[in-house]
Amino acid sequence: MTHATLSPQRSSLRGATLPKWFAWAVAAGSVVAGLGISAAAGLHSDIQWALIAALLFVFGSYGISAKVEGRRQARDRTATSLVWVAFILAVIPLASLVWETLKRGVKVLDGYFLTHSMGVVADTEPGGGIYHAILGTLQQVGLATLISVPVGVLTAIYLVEYGRGRLAKAVTFFVDVMTGIPSIVAGLFILSLWILILDMGYSGFAGAMALSILMIPVVVRSTEEMLKLVPNELREASLALGVPKWRTILKVVLPTSIGGITTGIMLAIARITGETAPVLLLVWGTNFINSNPFSDPQASLPMYIYLQYANSGGYGAAYDRAWAAALTLIAFIMILNLVARGIARWKAPKTGR
Amino acid sequence: MDIKTHQPTVPPTPAAPAPAAPRDKRAARGATRPGDRIFLGLSRGSGIFVLALMAAIAVFLTYRASIALSENEANFFTSFEWNPSGVPPKFGVAVLAFGTVVSSIIAMAIAVPIAVGIALFITHYAPRRLGGPIAYVIDLLAAVPSIVYGLWGALVLVPHLEGLYGWLDDYLGWTGVFEWNDGAPRSLFTVGILLAIMILPIITNVSREVFRQVPRMHEEAALALGATRWEVIRMSVLPFGRSGVISASMLGLGRALGETMAVAMVLSSSFDINASLLDTGGGTFAQNIASKFNEATVTGRDALIASGLVLFVITLLVNGAARMIIARRKEYSGANA
Repeated sequence: MTHATLSPQRSSLRGATLPKWFAWAVAAGSVVAGLGISAAAGLHSDIQWALIAALLFVFGSYGISAKVEGRRQARDRTATSLVWVAFILAVIPLASLVWETLKRGVKVLDGYFLTHSMGVVADTEPGGGIYHAILGTLQQVGLATLISVPVGVLTAIYLVEYGRGRLAKAVTFFVDVMTGIPSIVAGLFILSLWILILDMGYSGFAGAMALSILMIPVVVRSTEEMLKLVPNELREASLALGVPKWRTILKVVLPTSIGGITTGIMLAIARITGETAPVLLLVWGTNFINSNPFSDPQASLPMYIYLQYANSGGYGAAYDRAWAAALTLIAFIMILNLVARGIARWKAPKTGR
Repeated sequence: MDIKTHQPTVPPTPAAPAPAAPRDKRAARGATRPGDRIFLGLSRGSGIFVLALMAAIAVFLTYRASIALSENEANFFTSFEWNPSGVPPKFGVAVLAFGTVVSSIIAMAIAVPIAVGIALFITHYAPRRLGGPIAYVIDLLAAVPSIVYGLWGALVLVPHLEGLYGWLDDYLGWTGVFEWNDGAPRSLFTVGILLAIMILPIITNVSREVFRQVPRMHEEAALALGATRWEVIRMSVLPFGRSGVISASMLGLGRALGETMAVAMVLSSSFDINASLLDTGGGTFAQNIASKFNEATVTGRDALIASGLVLFVITLLVNGAARMIIARRKEYSGANA
């Protein structure tokens, strides 16, 4: 075991410690050095000077700290700086994602863009809008919600209120596994069943079915968690009054947990709204308004982004529209998320007394 | 801490006779009301529906895949070709399997250490007032759809990677793995980086939950022995959280394996395998389905379904394993992350 040797001059039990500003000083020093080195070597990429600076910081602080404070403290400092580096490394791309979407998205995003379809506007021309895509997304997600919510909530009720034995265990396990099904596989399943075997056409409804496969497990899991939070005393009180079990569930258990269940459903909606792959396979896409989700191809926001990107031919107009649609999509999902979390906080079930 | 005045527990209603156990189960069930039976039937039916759905996915994918495979003239697992509409149809998933595995490995190698770092940062390093908001923001980032990551990756990340590619080529090009022939940086390596960014939030969220559950006493015991913060983490936090981090990584892996749109938008794909990670080409299961679907003939679609079945089985195994690990520790679950 290495330990800091006590210096004879100081009658302190603690080893020498570096001042608090030490980390900041080394950080500033290594950023300056990193910039200097990359300027001297003629490097242009931002990644490179940042990398040099990060390496300088980690090794610099280890070296100095090992000299002054001892190796254990130095290792602690290295771990701290690595954790900070990990954090900064992750923040850069995530911040860039949000920033670029905002910056490039606001260019063409206006009332016209939201209320007009692409129609006959070519992908390489400016103009057009996303009305048809918004309409398609709302209808497909709405249909998917209509399918998944009853199935999901009832399954969760089964698991929490009735489920004993092997069936419940199997359902729990497969619901967990189902959360991991890649969206494209859900799309392929509906494709093989609905379109290839039953010979139905591409439609918004086909997409909605695939989306509901992705949504059901999320609804089941979140509803299950919420039902488990309902205190047993409430159930017992109701049953003791002679209320049948099904009315207990409908009138006592569900109203108590309705806030959390709503939150879960909204988060699930937010999750499937951005799904592209199944929609691409099953809804096919169109530039025109199709308000009937049960026949003929529709558009959808995520697919619109993909098609604008893929068919842009490298022209800026299509990219601008893709970014604006991406911003709309993110805004929609974030609002759903924030409202859902707001509801969760507002209507949190009261556990215990 | 748990010192309470201990009172002898009074047995519940000692005077009353113990409730008579139902003599026979059928009699007890006969007493249930019709409403109860309907409701039980409905909810059990939904549970069974979910199971049936999983079974149906497996059955129908296998059925269509078998049609394609019976027409296939090449070895499905080793062939480098993808020509299902040719005469005779020839296709194989070797290239896709290679690309999927390689890009996922790169993603995991980048994302897991960083995600564990962020999770530690939130739980143990960040100032208390910052930790909450950061966790919240990362929660929100998990909700950003993959199509937006794809757009960002293709139009922002790719141009920024040229410098890194040149640097890797200069210093590590001699290994052959990082040789770059000045093509657009739309290779499996870029895909790996993008996937890493995409799965960061979920791995971080699950790991954070695990680290937060480390018994406070363990950490305080280590601190009392004079451990530095890093030693506390190494001795009490990481051993406690190991299985959680493993399952979090496997959840992330499951997502990386099945990611479609982002890969399709970033990768410039082709049906060959390059020794160098930085050269364009290759493909992944999901990306191949999305890119080839539009022009596919009937056999082509069935061939894509066959490759989707392989992906389904792989993700099933990965997720099943992750769930098994989580199930051993019931307190946390990644499903609500």
